[in-house]
Amino acid sequence: MPAPQCASCRKARAALRRPRSGQALCGTCFCAAFEAEVLHTVVAGRLLPPGAVVAVGASGGKDSTVLAHVLRELAPRLAISLHLVAVDEGIGGYRDAALAAVRRQAARWELPLTVVAYAELFGGWTMDAVARSTAGSGRSRSCCTFCGVLRRRALEEGARRVGATHVVTGHNADDMAETVLMNFLRGDAGRLARGGGLGSPGEGGALPRCRPLQLASQKEVVLYAHFRRLDYFSEECVYAPEAFRGHARELLKLLEAARPSAVLDLVHSAERLALAPAARPPPPGACSRCGALASRALCQACALLDGLNRGRPRLAIGKGRGGLDEEGPPGRRGSQPSGPPASEPIPGF
Amino acid sequence: MCEVGEDYRAPAGQPPPRPGREQKCVKCKEGLPVVVIRAGDAFCRDCFKAFYVHKFRAVLGKNRLIFPGEKVLLAWSGGPSSSSMLWQVLEGLSRDSAKRLRFVPGVVYADEGAACGQSPEDRAKTVAEAKAGLAERRLPVVFSLPPSVLRCSAREPVGTEGAYKAAVDSFLQQQHALGEEQQSLPCPPRPPIRAGPPTAGQTEALSTLFSSVETLTAKEELLRTLRTHLILHVARTHGYSKVMMGDSCTRLAIKLMTSLALGRGPSSWSAGFSDERHGDVVVVRPMREHTLKEVAFYNRLFAVPSVFTPAVDTKAPEKASIHRLMEAFILRLQAQFPSTVSTVYRTSEKLVKAPRDGCAAGTPGPRCLLCMCVLDVDTADSATAFGAQTSSQLPQTQPPVAQAEAPTVSCCCTGMGAALSAFCSCREEDPRARVIEQLCYGCRVNMKDLPSLDPLPPYILAEAQLRSQRAEAEQIQEYLLEDREDEDARPGES
Repeated sequence: MPAPQCASCRKARAALRRPRSGQALCGTCFCAAFEAEVLHTVVAGRLLPPGAVVAVGASGGKDSTVLAHVLRELAPRLAISLHLVAVDEGIGGYRDAALAAVRRQAARWELPLTVVAYAELFGGWTMDAVARSTAGSGRSRSCCTFCGVLRRRALEEGARRVGATHVVTGHNADDMAETVLMNFLRGDAGRLARGGGLGSPGEGGALPRCRPLQLASQKEVVLYAHFRRLDYFSEECVYAPEAFRGHARELLKLLEAARPSAVLDLVHSAERLALAPAARPPPPGACSRCGALASRALCQACALLDGLNRGRPRLAIGKGRGGLDEEGPPGRRGSQPSGPPASEPIPGF
Repeated sequence: MCEVGEDYRAPAGQPPPRPGREQKCVKCKEGLPVVVIRAGDAFCRDCFKAFYVHKFRAVLGKNRLIFPGEKVLLAWSGGPSSSSMLWQVLEGLSRDSAKRLRFVPGVVYADEGAACGQSPEDRAKTVAEAKAGLAERRLPVVFSLPPSVLRCSAREPVGTEGAYKAAVDSFLQQQHALGEEQQSLPCPPRPPIRAGPPTAGQTEALSTLFSSVETLTAKEELLRTLRTHLILHVARTHGYSKVMMGDSCTRLAIKLMTSLALGRGPSSWSAGFSDERHGDVVVVRPMREHTLKEVAFYNRLFAVPSVFTPAVDTKAPEKASIHRLMEAFILRLQAQFPSTVSTVYRTSEKLVKAPRDGCAAGTPGPRCLLCMCVLDVDTADSATAFGAQTSSQLPQTQPPVAQAEAPTVSCCCTGMGAALSAFCSCREEDPRARVIEQLCYGCRVNMKDLPSLDPLPPYILAEAQLRSQRAEAEQIQEYLLEDREDEDARPGES
């Protein structure tokens, strides 16, 4: 049976069906619709005002590639300028190939590229070294925690170097839904309450961040990359199998099979979460070392690095963080009140 | 597990040390342990019983919602948790001490066989088993059958209205609300305590309704809604002001995650200790701190009888519905990370549903027709409203009536229209739209799986009609001039 006609231009043959609505569209119309939706998201949410210098977090993967491409198409209409910022976490065999892809993209699109490396920013610690350190103490799973916190710090730093006013990342709707599930399973009430909405305005000196692709489903992102013939790096991180997010991802896939609107429903639920008055944390202050937003004396990034440097990588992950503030021999002083987790320097996702 | 705030412990590969033979009960240090709860806590029989009963009493006592002499309805499904709850209540009542439970219980059992496609003979057998199990309890037992919900078409809307008024007027004085409520209702003839078997017509109406639902998820949700309505109705007509549900901790954690996935948000209503959505009747959950494992052990050790009743999802494959998926997932994760259930449960206590931006805490918004939650309709510029629009803006899936409407605000027929849709011309022509716009997000998503709203019980449709007429009346109220001769008196207005 021949493919039906495109529902939009009615001239070409349809080449795909949109996952959410089942509409049959040809390649060009689909890409146009996708771009229009991203434009609407940005405009309706007032995410990127005209004249903004936007740092795009580019990892070489499909989401950031699509994001960079779409924003590049929309840049004249939005009156923004783009810079690519890539973060080199120092994961051998994975990050090098991804960075090569980013370099190719930057060359093809003629966008300025800045690469920031963990080794340079964080005193020689690469993710491989962190993984070795945490593996030595028995729990290599926590290296994803390090990577997430440090990467946001690195992205912020890279954005500052290029003089950006906004930071954008390529998180899509599926990522948001997974995060909600994951945070619920982990018991992270603080992040659940902060996570809804289209991005953070940037508190305590951090740059405003947003996620223009937040409403696009992952399948559509892949389809877009396919139709625009974008070159991206599609392998999984070496440490990903150990991450807890894998469970949430598996659950989401199952939910989506049972009910296609599950992703949207989760995002809707997430929009309406707020902390009960009793559980609200005290207003955050500033980190004593780097000045970023922190709910304790040290922000999460500084605390993690501190733990690594002292040879006790799990120092900042867990309840008893009494040993963080002193320079002397680490000793767990009494127990911290077990309240909500320490906030990240940058409001979390 | 990457749990937030987790202490550094032994690597996950090693399971916690199993108690050896010489180990004594961790509590009394004397008796031989018979059961292990949590990781490595071995209890002897008496200590376990004391622990279990104490938890039950503590939950009731801490919350202080049940007043002495109050009439409390126990919702019994025949399953282990509700049977255990029933047993606890009975034991608590029979104690001859100052610590005796002092409320007046009744039991309600809802026979859902028609919804599950059971034949009348099977249902009669199950009901007989259940009756036999409770025969020696000497409690007033109400056996209500879902088709009777279809029967009480005139009563239920008045009940809902009364509840709403009571919720607004007398929020805190629950006992007084009970008195008012009974006076304000037109006193219906009380159905007999043991309702007769339902007529074939009603049974068929119910089966038609359930077979017209396309997915198992929507079926389960619909069944849950109807069951809640039924129990509330029974509570109201028999004068009960509290209903006790037997949800255990495990079941609640699963329910929470499920409602998250269904778009109902953190749903602290359906998982907190008390559920005050329905105004005059308060639903409490005294078993919420007991895990399913503890319930199972207790039932086995102390021979608590329970009846197995097949449900809509019995023998359904794991991927058939969201509820099943979530249950399987959480139980599997619990095996790997023993703190999953308690983490989810505790997280829900810290979260509440965020009020609509700037909405004052005192003024409750309109409520959903089916689940009584405050309507959380997305305005046109919210993130998910846009996401839903792009997925529903489709000539094929929308009924042709709606196509004429502006595409930016998606029509109420399939999308999440805001108050603007009230003036939408298609509304009068489409009764479905009238019902859909009175539902919350979660219920709307369920209704998508119902191709036609006609098989719904008449009381729901009647109430929808009533509310929309009332809303219309409110809208024109400000334009009406106070002129006695020309006063607009539309028939049927409240």
